[in-house]
Amino acid sequence: MTVKVSLPYDKDYVSNFSQGLNEPDWMTSLRLNALDKAESLEMPKPDKTNIKDWNFTEFKHHVEGEAINSIQDLPEQMLNLLDQDKEQQNLILQRNHSVAFSNLDSSLEEQGVIFTDIQTAIRDHSDLVEKYYMTEAVHVDEHRLTALHAALMNGGIFLYVPKNVTIKEPLQTIFWQEDPEAALVNHVLVVAEENSSVTYVENYTSDNKEEKTSANTITEVFAKAGAKVSFGAVDNFEAGTTVYANRRGVTDRDAVIEWALGLMNEGNTVSENITHLIGDNSQSQAKTVTIGRGAQKQNFTANITHFGKGSDGYILQHGVMKDKSSGIFNGIGKIEHGASKSNAEQESRVLMLSKDARGDANPILLIDEDDVTAGHAASVGRVDPMQLFYLMSRGISKFEAERLIIHGFLAPVVNQLPIEAVKQQLRQLIERKVY
Amino acid sequence: MAGSTLEIKDLHVEIEGQEILKGVNLTVKGGEFHAVMGPNGTGKSTLASAIMGHPKFEVTQGQVLLDGEDVLEMEVDERAQAGLFLAMQYPSEISGVTNSDFLRSSINAHREEGDEISLMKFIKEMDAAMDTLDMDKNMAQRYLNEGFSGGEKKRNEILQLMMIQPAIAILDEIDSGLDIDALKVVAKGINEMRSENFGCLTITHYQRLLNYITPDKVHVMMQGRVVKSGGPELAERLEAEGYDWIKQELGIEDETISQKA
Repeated sequence: MTVKVSLPYDKDYVSNFSQGLNEPDWMTSLRLNALDKAESLEMPKPDKTNIKDWNFTEFKHHVEGEAINSIQDLPEQMLNLLDQDKEQQNLILQRNHSVAFSNLDSSLEEQGVIFTDIQTAIRDHSDLVEKYYMTEAVHVDEHRLTALHAALMNGGIFLYVPKNVTIKEPLQTIFWQEDPEAALVNHVLVVAEENSSVTYVENYTSDNKEEKTSANTITEVFAKAGAKVSFGAVDNFEAGTTVYANRRGVTDRDAVIEWALGLMNEGNTVSENITHLIGDNSQSQAKTVTIGRGAQKQNFTANITHFGKGSDGYILQHGVMKDKSSGIFNGIGKIEHGASKSNAEQESRVLMLSKDARGDANPILLIDEDDVTAGHAASVGRVDPMQLFYLMSRGISKFEAERLIIHGFLAPVVNQLPIEAVKQQLRQLIERKVY
Repeated sequence: MAGSTLEIKDLHVEIEGQEILKGVNLTVKGGEFHAVMGPNGTGKSTLASAIMGHPKFEVTQGQVLLDGEDVLEMEVDERAQAGLFLAMQYPSEISGVTNSDFLRSSINAHREEGDEISLMKFIKEMDAAMDTLDMDKNMAQRYLNEGFSGGEKKRNEILQLMMIQPAIAILDEIDSGLDIDALKVVAKGINEMRSENFGCLTITHYQRLLNYITPDKVHVMMQGRVVKSGGPELAERLEAEGYDWIKQELGIEDETISQKA
């Protein structure tokens, strides 16, 4: 028997919200169906983390954000996320639930690249969005949070790269939860057509240490045959925001999706990053780094599932746990029957900086095919005293030696982020959280 | 000013309750090259590690002084800043930290705040040292010792030695695992360090290293003590005749550190 739950927003609200945005009928009915399902669906059950009492229902659903005229008017906190010496920024700034600033290189527009907020995309490119929106990668009815997301989606990005278009400069989005109680229910949809190539980086940021809200974000990335998508993210919600972040990818033949995720939230977080390697010879690298502190509870799942022959997956999860924080790291490499000559590798490492912290690395290989290769490495431990001895024997202080080791431990994601400013920001976040 | 002096006096060291060093006495002065030789399991590497402050070794008795200062009271980084250096037999691998960032931090740790080495000067010095050691320049940007071959690790230890320019260096089996060409290159780097202001204690159980790095003094360790000292001719006799004659001379049956019952 399923238990009906009371949801924070009802049918009338959702229906009015959708109409207010002039959404096409398919979207309105998708929302209403999802709301209906949300009432009866179960919450997700991340392994070893009980999220029963986490706040996914108390928040403000719609908050306007003021537009800005030029990048220079941004507060410093946001300016620091941009490579300011660049003349052209391919940038969208979402402030609460409004687009405050947006710019795309005109030559990219001429080539048919679409880089816009999701609501504009739903109106202007309705068929394209409808085709991919929660149809293949993430489904509405997976659990209550996916359904709630579909019902209440209130922001996000649509990025479309036409066939054979290679975009050299990274495209960047900043999601700024300015209002301390605003809930970002963002949907990011990336479609890279055949033989295209794009690098996308997103930043989430908020200031709400005390005020409670939640974020329920879903990302769907489609890399068509021969396409390459590099996806970088630095999530940095403050402690008041409870986060459910779901990032999924689907690759066709010879396609590549590279994830570099710096998950630096201060509040309780469930993060899922799943890639389906559908096409033959497709590849994904999924790298995640994180730091837990205070009494924060976090659960990270990275999953690469192989369907295509000769597909190649590599998962890296590195976490630093301090104070009384707890972090569960699930790395899942799955090879389906028929995905011969595939390779599933993974590495999960947790560095414990205090005796009260908890870190679990759970490497899982699920293999239904004989002719494959797979491997995993997992470790949970303290800073290696031999590494400390080595560095200190060169005159480096204990403090500085630990600092080098920790930065080095988190470097796999830092180094992969393509925007220098975002790299710097992640380094600073690491510095601030560890010390 | 002539170089520094490292004095080791009646040093006793334990690991996990077992005594390894049982009263070592040795003095190394600036300008001198000493070799400590001996069969496996006689305490040579323990001596090297204990002087530097390896966390697993406990000094139970004796003194180590650098220019009269009590080394054993210092933290490991303070020992290095005071002028000691240990080229390790098994250097740690540290992922995510580039060799060059590490080297620069090490050099700056030996300098006052505000007097950090300039990037240009650093690169110039590193390039020159890498040339001497016949090292691929890409090694500077690789992560510290990660995936380095045995020979690359040893060269990298000597690169650090040349860049940091310590007063007294201890080289722990720097020759192990090196082929003859690599051995010559490593020896070249060490020989470039020779000066009034540099003293060196080389630990090895092969005489062949000493063909390239001529020692001023040779010491033989057995049973956790220095049992015989002499000049370079001692190393040559060991090469020709092995260690048995010393054991006979001193009435030693088992030269290793006896295991506890």
